Amino acid sequence: MRVPRLRLPAVRERHAARGTRRVVPRGSAMDRFGLRDLLAESAYGIAARPGRLVLTVLGTVLGIGSLVVTIGLAQTAAGQISRQFDAVAATQVVVEPATAQSASGQRATGRIPWDVEDRLGRLAGVEQVGALASVDVGDATITTVPVHDPSAATLAQPPVVAATPGLLAAVRGTVVTGRWFDAGHDERADRVVVLGSRAATRLGVNRVDSQPSVFIGDRAYTVMGIVDDLARRTDLLDAVILPVGTARADFGLGALEQAQVTIAVGAGPVVGEQAPVALAPNNPETIDVQTPPEAPAVRAQVQADVNAIFLALGAVALLVGGLGIANITLLSVRERVGEIGLRRALGARTSDIGRQFLVESAVIGLLGGLVGATLGVGVVAGVSLAKHWTPILDTWVTLAAALLGGVIGLLAGTYPALKAARVEPIAALRGGA
Amino acid sequence: MSVPAVIELRQASRTFSGHTPVQALRPTDLVVERGDYVSVVGPSGSGKSTLLNLLGLLDRPTGGSYLLDGLDTGTLSEDDRATVRGGRIGFVFQSFHLLPHRTVLENVLLATLYSGVPRRERHERAHAALERVGLSNRLDFSPAVLSGGERQRVAVARAVIAAPQVLLADEPTGNLDSTTTAGVLDLFDELHADGLTLVVITHDSAVSARARRRVRIADGTLREAS
Ligand SMILES: Nc1ncnc2c1ncn2[C@@H]1O[C@H](COP(=O)(O)OP(=O)(O)O)[C@@H](O)[C@H]1O
Ligand SMILES: [Mg+2]
Repeated sequence: MRVPRLRLPAVRERHAARGTRRVVPRGSAMDRFGLRDLLAESAYGIAARPGRLVLTVLGTVLGIGSLVVTIGLAQTAAGQISRQFDAVAATQVVVEPATAQSASGQRATGRIPWDVEDRLGRLAGVEQVGALASVDVGDATITTVPVHDPSAATLAQPPVVAATPGLLAAVRGTVVTGRWFDAGHDERADRVVVLGSRAATRLGVNRVDSQPSVFIGDRAYTVMGIVDDLARRTDLLDAVILPVGTARADFGLGALEQAQVTIAVGAGPVVGEQAPVALAPNNPETIDVQTPPEAPAVRAQVQADVNAIFLALGAVALLVGGLGIANITLLSVRERVGEIGLRRALGARTSDIGRQFLVESAVIGLLGGLVGATLGVGVVAGVSLAKHWTPILDTWVTLAAALLGGVIGLLAGTYPALKAARVEPIAALRGGA
Repeated sequence: MSVPAVIELRQASRTFSGHTPVQALRPTDLVVERGDYVSVVGPSGSGKSTLLNLLGLLDRPTGGSYLLDGLDTGTLSEDDRATVRGGRIGFVFQSFHLLPHRTVLENVLLATLYSGVPRRERHERAHAALERVGLSNRLDFSPAVLSGGERQRVAVARAVIAAPQVLLADEPTGNLDSTTTAGVLDLFDELHADGLTLVVITHDSAVSARARRRVRIADGTLREAS
């Protein structure tokens, strides 16, 4: 039986205008080892030895993985640190009148208006506002019983402080018993006081349901509550605190000394800029605002410290990974000289051969990068979970790390690819394979 | 103007420089016309492969010139020589040179990558070529499971898929037994009958006897045999 005759039409030639017509490739340029062919041949080359692929990418996986872990843990730790930092300091703003040096000492050049709570409360990022001033009670004594015995030894007096209704929240205080006064007490100038917990102990007051009184001089003030914590102004724990309205009416309080403001994280710069204008529109320079240090600065500094060491380790791992790819690709070129010779005989140019090996090692590097980045993200997530941290890892860091693997593969493949391109076809074809 | 010869060597020679230079091919004239079936027979080391490498543009002559299809190959750049190789020359090697990790079909398709066969024609041509060598039922086989004769037929299918001007075979039956050798030689006869130009190199006179024209080579010197 005869096999059918071969009837393959000659491949159509494209005629070029100049005398080189016979050399012009047949078909279109797209048909001669195009990008699709290059990628397909490279993929076959990589997939031919899966076991070796694993060995080849191992170094890159470790290198990229350790980079991602390093950066991820540094970012996570920095986030953690700035969160703790935020909790105590980064959300507090203190506003005071500016002072100038004069002959009689420090003198305030501006004043905090009585309606400071309304004015600052309107600013974006402001959460709680309160203000206070110390009250000069002259030589009036502070006791729980009205005493008129001037011969009795005078103990150290607890300080008397006037506060706006918002102050308790603004200095992060808590009520131990009773309650804190409100705007109504303030407006009506009610004779009420709240005691700091230490002042209460000193005055022997521990319950307020029986409406005990504290005498300042000979005026009686009803104790509404006892407060504690007051993290921003722990000195108030020793104080007898009364509404500003009451202090103005009874003691002629002339001005507020300080406003305490809690703000949202990151609102510091904005509040610092707007608060003076809100309080003193005509001469904002008379108001001093102390804003918290910016969180990003804190974070960047911590990050820099942590990263330096581990980035160096990651870089070493990457160098080793790159050398691994270079080494094994070189081995692969040596093993595949027969294939290279064959491809040359089939019409491959030196550049076609070089490109194929270059793409192979770049793809191997990219694979290593992807796997390494994925593992790295997993480790960061795992460590964070174990330590109850919030994992922080920029997406672009992960992507860039994966791409870095590809770049390393490309660099590592350059020398082997040049070697492959230089393989002499006759020598390569002489052997078996 | 007459049709140019497919192959024309004009005093072409090849000397390997080295410690003691070897003149593997002495200045040689050779003309192979379109449709010829030429065998080159000679003992081992006589310069057969050297000649074939020159004809296949895998190597350059150190003297004289080589015209392929009327085109002086001495003026071509390396890239142009690669293009000519891919488009006009088909190779068959003693050791087959099939890629072990690729199927029969993929091995044949490999020759379309570099020769400018339009992408949409590639599969059709590969199927036709494999049908032509009688291996339509082996498309997805690995070369490793094929017999020597079948492997060489895959290599022949690969060599003819781009419709070359000439098929160059270097000891194509060197690794085959007599039965499978006969099968491959039958295939060459058929390809020749279809109009293909063949140059087959061998040290086996039984193989060279199948060719229409025999050339003897000894010590780098070519001589027409009767
Ligand atoms: N690259 C080379 N360098 C030096 N000498 C070579 C080289 N290739 C072949 N030769 C020599 O050229 C001669 C012809 O070799 P070759 O063409 O391979 O012979 P054949 O294929 O007929 O066995 C031999 O003497 C061989 O040693
Ligand atoms: Mg030989």
